[in-house]
Amino acid sequence: MTVVAPLLGVLALAAVSAVGAWIGLTTLFCVVIPYAAILVFLVGVIWRVLSWARRPTPFNITTTCGQQYSLPWIQSSTLENPHTRLGVVGRVLLEVLLFRSLFRNVKHEFVSRENAAPRLAYKASPWLWLGALAFHYSFLVVFVRHYRFFSEPTPRVLQIVEMLDGFFQIGSPTIFVSGFVLLAAAAFLLLRRLLLPQVRYISLTTDYFPLFLVIGIALTGVLMRYTAFRTDTAAVKNLCIGLMQFKPPAATEPIGAIFFVHLTLVSCLFAYLPYSKLSHMMGVWLSPTRNLIGASRMRRHINPWNYPVAVHTYEEYEDEWRDKMKAAGIPVDKE
Amino acid sequence: MPDIQLPPPEELAKVSFQPRPQGWMDPQVEFRPGTWSYAGKPKALETVGMPNPREWSPTDADWKLPANWKEVILQGLRERLDKYRSLKVFLDICVRCGACADKCHFFIGSGDPKNMPVLRAELLRSVYRNDFTLAGKLLGQMVGARELTMDVVKEWFYYFYQCTECRRCSVFCPYGIDQAELTMLGRELLNLVGININWVMEPVAKCYMTGNHMGIPPHALKDNLEFFADDIENITGIRVDIPINKKGADVLFVIPSGDVMADPGIYTLMGYMMVLHESGLNYTWSTYASEGGNFGLFTSHEMIKRLNAKIYAEARRLGVKWILGGECGHMWRVLHQYMDTLNGPADFLEVPVSPITGTRFEHARSTKMIHIAEFTADLIYHGKLKLDPSRNNAYKVTFHDSCNPARSMGLFEEPRYILRNVCNHFYEMPENTIREQTFCCGGGAGLGNDENMEMRMRGGLPRGNAVRFVHERYGVNLLTAMCAIDRAVLTTLMEYWVPEVKVSGLHELVGNALVMTGEKERELNLRSEPLNEGGEETSD
Repeated sequence: MTVVAPLLGVLALAAVSAVGAWIGLTTLFCVVIPYAAILVFLVGVIWRVLSWARRPTPFNITTTCGQQYSLPWIQSSTLENPHTRLGVVGRVLLEVLLFRSLFRNVKHEFVSRENAAPRLAYKASPWLWLGALAFHYSFLVVFVRHYRFFSEPTPRVLQIVEMLDGFFQIGSPTIFVSGFVLLAAAAFLLLRRLLLPQVRYISLTTDYFPLFLVIGIALTGVLMRYTAFRTDTAAVKNLCIGLMQFKPPAATEPIGAIFFVHLTLVSCLFAYLPYSKLSHMMGVWLSPTRNLIGASRMRRHINPWNYPVAVHTYEEYEDEWRDKMKAAGIPVDKE
Repeated sequence: MPDIQLPPPEELAKVSFQPRPQGWMDPQVEFRPGTWSYAGKPKALETVGMPNPREWSPTDADWKLPANWKEVILQGLRERLDKYRSLKVFLDICVRCGACADKCHFFIGSGDPKNMPVLRAELLRSVYRNDFTLAGKLLGQMVGARELTMDVVKEWFYYFYQCTECRRCSVFCPYGIDQAELTMLGRELLNLVGININWVMEPVAKCYMTGNHMGIPPHALKDNLEFFADDIENITGIRVDIPINKKGADVLFVIPSGDVMADPGIYTLMGYMMVLHESGLNYTWSTYASEGGNFGLFTSHEMIKRLNAKIYAEARRLGVKWILGGECGHMWRVLHQYMDTLNGPADFLEVPVSPITGTRFEHARSTKMIHIAEFTADLIYHGKLKLDPSRNNAYKVTFHDSCNPARSMGLFEEPRYILRNVCNHFYEMPENTIREQTFCCGGGAGLGNDENMEMRMRGGLPRGNAVRFVHERYGVNLLTAMCAIDRAVLTTLMEYWVPEVKVSGLHELVGNALVMTGEKERELNLRSEPLNEGGEETSD
């Protein structure tokens, strides 16, 4: 159920948009839904980021992953335990760009021994890190490449990206590696969820749904580019530029059902992002264990809602113990 | 001593990692003996004015909660969602990648899927979804939302008290999600309706009234310190002074009170006394601020503040310049990350300067409190302590990084520098088990009680295993740690997993190696055992 429901959901979305193409609901699927999705996305991102940013970080709860800054003759770890703002910027960028923490991943394993307690071993396990990097970076390249549909002429930077991405040119059309990597990485993440018992156990509908969405998007994209389902890119570009300029073409020439499916799934992904776990895209910047300066004994961290509390004062304490303290020769404030 | 049947280590280490087929959403807890802690006693709760004091046990069907318990908890969650960005972000952005799963010592040792940090967090997150997110309200179970029922509360209790707040998971999480933060807030919510454990509440109450966890009254503290001074005199021929509540001292010295009472912490305490005496520091003990440890960290943020307040208050009353802290784990999390924020600013104190070396401890210029490992490392670096490391030749030492000084401070090199100077045989455990990746002792955050013994041995399995590794490879026979809870619970853990290995604090070894001015020929170590008994090398 956890797996099938989101799969059916994505298939239903695809079917509905295909039917829409078939009965000619071009304005709805190519104009209204994309616009609505972008609006929902933008409002969602702002709402979500504000919902975090307006909440205080009452304590400095940095997770320190390296030597502290202390004595001058001890080398401190500027990136794993930063005591400066610049160090924190470096730490967060390492996290965002290279998935630093995920890179640490190890897998535990019990090695049995005869007549003795099994021994634990830890093996480097970079697969999740590699899969995640492949997934996010190929997605980024695919995303950037699509800018060609929104600009005329194609910017120079984009041409360079395409040149690199199309390095393995085999014929026409140029094969863009990124699309296939994205598909493979998404499939890897999905298989991991399905096959590793622990990961399967923790997975929810909301973990499978975005994976199926992305796989659907990548698959329809690849189909449009390389197969018999090839789409009239001139018409697509016409539409996209029109949308960008808020002048959607009044009567678009039929683009093809598969494009409708692709566009609808993309719209769903956009609209879904800020309201789901995909909001980690923004949240990773705001994680207090990573983005605070580790120097909590050097600079006082302010808690805006710090309030007075009941304490057991020294005076009360001395009142309770004065006689015993005096008898033991411990100095007291009141004789 | 509760009647807990512990299986032999070979049996306990056969951990099954097959999760139940029916999933986790349906709350189910079996309070098996050995895996949970006794409930907080009403008297302790009354002492500090916490809600719903009563006699109860987790095994009771009825936990005697107030009629509106659900409202209270949900309202508490609502308030904390507004006060802690950490809580909101951590509940919102987890992608359940599973990287944290086998980073938890309780999961490795028990195989219980709800001990994967991700799932421990989901226990709380599912309730958050149900009552605080639109998707959860509309789609319920489908998106992982669960209603807060009494069974869910029992599950929270069971698993939030199977987390030692060690923060190892947050090192590996790509978003830095910290289960310790969620456990702390989860326990705070449970405390709102009077659900807690006695091994936390009793120290809290004692600490509030007498100043320390052990409930040591002022005159008894003095007696104990004098007793240790006698021991030191027997061993070294030197009578160390014991300044107590002394106005006009330069430095207030605060330690975990466990070191005053329990073997082997007492030897560490003797080490402190010897180093401080030999350095000539003008310092004082306090009977009021006689505890740096703070079980408020395992109760609520408010309780952290209430118990911690005495340290700055006492520093002000005695008119000292700065504060020095002993070897303790969670105590240092509070001192490093909470004290200044909660009870500062300490503008009546001065930036710590060692009068012996002239070193100005700039990194503590706001909090005005330094760790004794920083103090001693600085003394050694400047050649102010005469040391004879061969007096520790009987020991082959390995160092256990305690969770909090490691992951909430980054105190890695100072203790290692000291160790290399005070002993000749120091071996590191494998790199996945030390420094920021260190494994918990299994008994932190209030779980070091006897009734929880099976879970402690399970949680301590990875640590026990790493120690066994260096024991077999290098003949390691001493596990050194800078934490009072470690010194207590690692001792039991070693007896179970690696009986050949004893436990000590860092300053015990410093005390052994320290050549004091005018001392007599040393024949005994701080444990009053003949020096280098069984060791092949002799003192030079």
